[in-house]
Amino acid sequence: MRKRMQCKSNNHGKGGATMKNIIINTGNYSAAKAAVMAKPDVVAAYPITPQTTLVESIANYIASGEYKGEYICVESEHSAMSACIGASATGVRTFTATSSHGLLHMHEMLHWAALARLPVIMCNINRVIGPGWNIWADENDSISQRDTGWIQFYCSSNQEIFDTVIQAFKLGEHKDVALPVMINYNAFILSHTSMPAEIPSQKEIDDYLGKYQPLWRIDPENPVTFGNIIMPADYEKVRRAMQYAHENAKRLIPEIAQDWKKKFGRFNGNLIEKYRCEDAEVILLAMGAIAAESKVSIDNLRKEGYKIGLARVRTFRPFPAEEIVKLAKKTELIVIDRNISCGYEGALFTEVKSALYNKSDAKVSGFIAGLGGKDVTYNHIEDMCKKAIKGKLKETVWYGFEEVKK
Amino acid sequence: MAIKDLPDTEYVLAGSAACPGCPATIGLRIVLKALGKNTVMIVPACCTAVIESVYPNTSFDIPVMNIAFEAAAAGASGVEAGLRMQGKKDTTVFAWAGDGGTYDIGIQALSGAIERQTNFIYICYNNQIYSNTGIQRSGATPLGAWTTTTVGGKTEVRKEMGDIIRAHHLPYAAQACISYPEDLYNKVKKAKSIKGPKYIEILAPCPPGWHFPMEKTVDMGVLAIETGAWALYEFENEKMIFNGKSKLLLEKKIEPKPVEEWIKYQGRFRHLFKPTRDEKTLKAIQDNTDIIWERYRKCYL
Repeated sequence: MRKRMQCKSNNHGKGGATMKNIIINTGNYSAAKAAVMAKPDVVAAYPITPQTTLVESIANYIASGEYKGEYICVESEHSAMSACIGASATGVRTFTATSSHGLLHMHEMLHWAALARLPVIMCNINRVIGPGWNIWADENDSISQRDTGWIQFYCSSNQEIFDTVIQAFKLGEHKDVALPVMINYNAFILSHTSMPAEIPSQKEIDDYLGKYQPLWRIDPENPVTFGNIIMPADYEKVRRAMQYAHENAKRLIPEIAQDWKKKFGRFNGNLIEKYRCEDAEVILLAMGAIAAESKVSIDNLRKEGYKIGLARVRTFRPFPAEEIVKLAKKTELIVIDRNISCGYEGALFTEVKSALYNKSDAKVSGFIAGLGGKDVTYNHIEDMCKKAIKGKLKETVWYGFEEVKK
Repeated sequence: MAIKDLPDTEYVLAGSAACPGCPATIGLRIVLKALGKNTVMIVPACCTAVIESVYPNTSFDIPVMNIAFEAAAAGASGVEAGLRMQGKKDTTVFAWAGDGGTYDIGIQALSGAIERQTNFIYICYNNQIYSNTGIQRSGATPLGAWTTTTVGGKTEVRKEMGDIIRAHHLPYAAQACISYPEDLYNKVKKAKSIKGPKYIEILAPCPPGWHFPMEKTVDMGVLAIETGAWALYEFENEKMIFNGKSKLLLEKKIEPKPVEEWIKYQGRFRHLFKPTRDEKTLKAIQDNTDIIWERYRKCYL
């Protein structure tokens, strides 16, 4: 039945053979396409470079009639998240998108959405924080939202953006999760770069997602007061329930992606994507666009005889600590961060070492690279890996500054 | 409509956590009688967030969504859209916020929601201070008033929020006072019947905030109207209509009482009378009130 429907929906008049609908477009377009195919009832968003083409696409889908939801053109990101919270509380599907300062402006309401257990789905295009003004890739915006309770994905291709946005609705709306989900991808490197992405039919997406069944909703037929004063013992239960929900998400993220694979044949879904890790003696950990670039570096280093693999961290929250411990059993680790927690080190570096504490004594080296959107090429990544393997790095290394005095 | 004709149904339940003599509960009781059961209330940080009681209990018999301090109007925009997308177009969505959440921290979201022609009612219960946090100055605090952050009395005049609201050219706006329940009830009823954004501001004299005895709440509202410290009016289809005694004041059919007749009962102005009369500030307060009324006459008579 499924196969026949697939044929029908994708039949472009070539004898009924299953045709793949492949678009070649930007990360933002892929995200917008996924968002409207998930049919959120309410989108509330405020424009910010480099997110603008995403929300413009949604506005175009409304103008063309392809998308029949409500797009509230709010006056700020704070109101964007507040409006999504209000809409989600009525029991409907909601979506928004932002970047950098916009995400920071939402900060208070990010906590609010998570504590209210509302599955608002949001794309965040990782961009530098000012001053000075800079619109290029940097992950400090979303890293600094680590403790808001949101699930955080970091994508590395437009296909992954599309798949993850759809899967995020399924994950966030799952009764064992009920949390908002942030899908992060790097400014311009992904948001404005065209790549192919295979798009299922609307019917297939509808079948995959199903109808959203909220845990609670604002309803005059059943009047409840949501979010009033709460005493310490009850508040602690709310926080604990959020932690359990994140643990459930760890289990459900791969399951939901497996379900997607069964239907659509592609798999973008583990907490960590492993690349050539099988016999690796060294494993590189990175997120986002640097991790995508790293695959080329791994291939080149392998050609040179290095037994190296890549573990691309897809979910920063929940953090895949158990998988990292497994990876570190026989290997040393190298971490590249496109963020800096000033006063300490890169955030992923910290988390990786924390995961290993008392479980592994693997050597871990950390690099800071690509802040402010500075280019990180496969050559740079190879260089970092070689430095880590050869050297005895005792602290975080700022790549490109090794010879510069502090 | 006489007060005995108001509906019997109570949506503000007995046993709330309000202070004795609280004007917010007086106002909300009347507002909810006018709005009825099919209503959703959005509450930002304000006294009502305390009045509504401690989880898992509630003082209100309608659904309530609490939201962050500056987010009432934006949250209401989302609630309105969410309900409308489900075909629940008859449900009244209203935000219920204090003057801090309206004049100050929430003004941006409020302006945005009105400009977008959001179909909702925004009601500000104005006690002229941040009372929930313990009496700090707000943009609504009048000239000369003591607060914990204007220890010698406020040196600036209050914002004319009504002017700012009317500049949005919304279909309906009104000022009311908890001391005039029929007037308030009728205004809320009218707002409910109109599509688009509606703004109602209710003067809410606060016993602990203004330092007057708790049984005098209603009297303080009456005196505010009679002295012209507050005005009752409606703004509909770009036309201003003053109501009750405010109409008579506007048309000079009655003389306003001196503002001193209102402030002398409030401990927050005590420093203007003791140990010596501060004639300069007292005159400035009266002058400011006169200026507002002269402007009303110039624009709306």
